[in-house]
Amino acid sequence: MTSARLPRLATLAFGFAFLYAPIALLVIYSFNASKLVTVWAGFSTRWYASLFSNAALIASAKISLQVAALSAIIATFNGTLAAFALERFGAFRTRGVFVGAIYAPLVIPEVILGLSLLLIFVALGVDRGFWTIVAGHATFTMCFAAVVIRARLAGMDRSLEEAAMDLGAGPVMTFARVVLPQLAPALVSAWMLAFILSLDDLVIASFTSGPGSTTLPMRIYSQVRLGVTPEINAMSSLLLAAVGLALFISAIAGRRHES
Amino acid sequence: MPRGGLTRGRLSALVIPYGWLALFFLAPLALVLKISLSKSIIAQPPYEPAFGASDGLAGWFEKARAFSVAAYRGLGEDPLYLESYLSSLAIAGVSTLFALLIAYPLALAIARSDPRRRSLLIALAVAPFWTSFLIRVYAWIAILKDEGFLNHALMAIGLIDAPLTIYATNVAVVIGIVYSYLPFVVLPIYNSLEKQDAALREAAADLGAGPLATFWKVTLPLSLPGVIAGALLMFIPAVGEFVIPDLLGGSDTIMIGRTMWNDFFENRDWPAASAGAIVLLILLVGPIIWFERRQTKGQGA
Repeated sequence: MTSARLPRLATLAFGFAFLYAPIALLVIYSFNASKLVTVWAGFSTRWYASLFSNAALIASAKISLQVAALSAIIATFNGTLAAFALERFGAFRTRGVFVGAIYAPLVIPEVILGLSLLLIFVALGVDRGFWTIVAGHATFTMCFAAVVIRARLAGMDRSLEEAAMDLGAGPVMTFARVVLPQLAPALVSAWMLAFILSLDDLVIASFTSGPGSTTLPMRIYSQVRLGVTPEINAMSSLLLAAVGLALFISAIAGRRHES
Repeated sequence: MPRGGLTRGRLSALVIPYGWLALFFLAPLALVLKISLSKSIIAQPPYEPAFGASDGLAGWFEKARAFSVAAYRGLGEDPLYLESYLSSLAIAGVSTLFALLIAYPLALAIARSDPRRRSLLIALAVAPFWTSFLIRVYAWIAILKDEGFLNHALMAIGLIDAPLTIYATNVAVVIGIVYSYLPFVVLPIYNSLEKQDAALREAAADLGAGPLATFWKVTLPLSLPGVIAGALLMFIPAVGEFVIPDLLGGSDTIMIGRTMWNDFFENRDWPAASAGAIVLLILLVGPIIWFERRQTKGQGA
């Protein structure tokens, strides 16, 4: 439809400008020489330098990366089992409860999830800290992981598994040699999704953390409440670059897998 | 492999994720319900009754009689909670509407693009979802502030003389929510538009329908499932949003997520916050169940 070409291009331009302009401004002004975030005063990398001498921020970044990596492993493991249960096990008693428990955390406000986790940790007498954040993150991210892996399972050709079984492979062998290789891309995306969701979470971490376990979003949040600073811009730009790089790598890996 | 039912191997595979969710999702929710029926006291934990393993079953029964609906009655009498619910629903509703107005044309433009470019375009539209939510909200502070980019730009082109006050108002909250949740809305709409058969539009055109009539009578009705899915995916979490109203809103921006957060951390009124959470859950679970029913019906047809 060539007649609709102009409005279509205008819509695309407007839509993508809306989506990307705020991010672009944020990155550009992380290189601002001035302390003011909105007035350009020349190019400088001083905020990146000051970032690397901010020990509290680096400690929080380390905690966040550890929490994200660990909780994403648990989430991918649990999510894989849950995906098989949903996709392959047919009907079982209390399946409805299980389905609900998988899908509800995807939409329930994080404040409710965080609050309920804090209450259970208090009731059980668990000291809040690193491990309670891991548990909290693994819980809500496993639901996202289950959805991603389930979608892949649903699209998989089962005749390959049946052929392997017919040729005498046991269930474990079939899983390791036939199912797992086909599932691998979904496992990687599920882990990445869980990792990024955990790295980004402020609300659940705030409810489940204790003294000495301040995550990066919690640190950024408390700084943002005091005001906008170029240092936060620099921190944000680094995070954006890391996520961008990860997306780029996974896109290339995905393309190679398809071909 | 048997197709249905639980074999021993399947049971052991199910027990792990099920147990995890029972411990960290279902039991905590049950606890929220229980505490919402408790009374607020100044102690640790700051509510009663508190059940201990040493109480025994009889002791639990005795303590259970101390349950009360006082926290719920408190919610009804507390104008702050009532206002929080209403204004959360209103802000989330208005934001969803604006998001649909932006997301639909964008999804349509992508769906009508060259098939070779489509997957790249939709990936670009969804990519911001992968970047930090907190950072994307933070980016808007510098744009919307009195001396921010938007006011600079508008004054530079002479559209306004004095800076507009957007930051720390509900308008900023709506902008922040629309921006943050836009990828959630674009994706399902795009999926339903992309599946549509172009022959249907050609048939409508052959029968004399203009482009507008074709859109209203063919394209839009066929894409409604995607529109509803996108709207719900955004509306439900937006109602309970905490970060956006807290960072972009003003002191008069009252949303339920923020009210509960304050009751919890600042007022330490755990029963009130728990009762607030239960009421919010009931408000939100309704549309989820309705949507789920609709989905299953759609699959059967």
